[in-house]
Amino acid sequence: MMTLPLFFFYLFSIIAVASALMVIVARNPVHSVLYLIVVFVNSAGLFMLAGAEFLALILIVVYVGAVAVLFLFVVMMLEVDFGQMRRGILQYMPIGVVIGAILLLELLLVAGSFVITPEVMSSSVIPIDNTMENTRAIGLVLYTRYVYLFQAAGAVLLVAMIGAIVLTLRHKPNIKRQDVVRQTSRKRHEAVEIKSVKSGEGL
Amino acid sequence: MDLLGQSLDYLFGIPLVGWGTQVGFVYKGLLLLVALLIFTAYILLADRKIWAAVQVRRGPNVVGPFGLLQSFADLLKFVFKEPVLPAGSDKVVFLLAPLVMATLSLAAWVVIPIGPGLALADINLGILYIFAISSLGVYGVIMGGWASNSKYPFLGSLRSAAQMVSYEVSIGLVIITVLLCVGSLNLSHIVIAQYEMGLAHMIGLPQLTFLNWFWLPLFPMFVIFFISALAETNRPPFDLPEAESELVAGFMVEYSSTPYLLFMLGEYIAIILMCALTTILFLGGWTAPIDLPPFTWIPGVVWFVIKTCLVFFMFAMVKAFVPRYRYDQLMRIGWKVFLPISLIMVVIVAFVLQLTGWGWHGGRIV
Repeated sequence: MMTLPLFFFYLFSIIAVASALMVIVARNPVHSVLYLIVVFVNSAGLFMLAGAEFLALILIVVYVGAVAVLFLFVVMMLEVDFGQMRRGILQYMPIGVVIGAILLLELLLVAGSFVITPEVMSSSVIPIDNTMENTRAIGLVLYTRYVYLFQAAGAVLLVAMIGAIVLTLRHKPNIKRQDVVRQTSRKRHEAVEIKSVKSGEGL
Repeated sequence: MDLLGQSLDYLFGIPLVGWGTQVGFVYKGLLLLVALLIFTAYILLADRKIWAAVQVRRGPNVVGPFGLLQSFADLLKFVFKEPVLPAGSDKVVFLLAPLVMATLSLAAWVVIPIGPGLALADINLGILYIFAISSLGVYGVIMGGWASNSKYPFLGSLRSAAQMVSYEVSIGLVIITVLLCVGSLNLSHIVIAQYEMGLAHMIGLPQLTFLNWFWLPLFPMFVIFFISALAETNRPPFDLPEAESELVAGFMVEYSSTPYLLFMLGEYIAIILMCALTTILFLGGWTAPIDLPPFTWIPGVVWFVIKTCLVFFMFAMVKAFVPRYRYDQLMRIGWKVFLPISLIMVVIVAFVLQLTGWGWHGGRIV
């Protein structure tokens, strides 16, 4: 019997896979990014069905709300010549096929050998607590057991951010910079000077 | 058939399988939708009237008494005009953009509790849901600006993308401070927490509910949230994506008739959503300001609407008398002023709550 969750599972999955295909098939890069957003949203729907509401909404906030916006931002500003893009496709096809085949093989190897031993299942460190909310459960694990990993991930991102700023920051000479505090604290008598000008002479 | 029956039963309350649900989801949703659209029509009129009053004009006063039917006349006008599709535009994305904008801003209302227990979906992650939906709102603007295939819309959409992403950061941090005090992401819990604990309880006068509300202890965050909400919804003085003096009408230049109407509708519903969110986070939602008989006779929904209108009045007044910001000033305020202040406030609030043991702790007051 097909229940509602099952129906929605198939709905979200089919749309997600179809859009994922469209990401690489679509001619226009902006359309590709828009399809990518559809994939994200449908994956969030799948998370929701799996009972991970917090992850689902965080996926939307972070990936769709911020990361994909920046993707779209960059892709929109690129001047892409579609004709030139299509010309190279045969040349790169063999490499693409080889990479795809290797990835597929690896996936199959992992999926084929993926076994959860019964001991691990029975003695899982953090048993699933149905009385606890999603958010609280993730928070309790993230800020106790995995706090060092969590902090390390944050530090890595911070270093990456600082690196990007350092790489792009240029202090060119001969550029007028604004100091907002100085601008707003400026008084009238510092900026305006009253001079009595004789007629016909100028300053 | 079973699946169809179940879903029909759930959505409409039609008992095809077993007993029907009390009232179907669709009926309640339609009721909320119609109420919201009529409310939007009058909020739009109020916006124009307030603006006119500040400038000593009359505002719309021809259609109906005091211009009360102006918004409906505008609706008819928009719908009966011809939609113009620019020749060089990406037609699908061009028409999708206003739909995305209007649909998303309506979708966020699903979780807003307009009264005690009166939310269409009283989900545990309500505030996160609203945050997620409002972070999607930027797509309507970007898609519209890009698909128009024209310079002004494109510049407008680039501006709005940067602006909305920047101000989301400070809005997120403000929401986090409120959540720290409440200990729950449920919007109803946020309101109940402001009723059950706070300053009024501490000074021994629990009837003065308005002292409980978070606007007082979190006053700096209230101000930051209000200003960020203006920027997030592209309201003046932060309406740079559609600054008419530089960009004609920004991302909406190429839009006409119903698609334009959908953009405007989405924008105004997002504004009302932000007003409602301010009400819930800082002004105690549906609770009466003083918990004594003459005030408690008025139902919670009415209080909610009054407070939302009050916040919108502030939005409208800001529009009327604050000049438009320059773009670099806007970015400076977002990243260099609001972000550090709200980050420090998150740390301070967390410290205070941890040291004193205050807070609602998701309903388990300790």
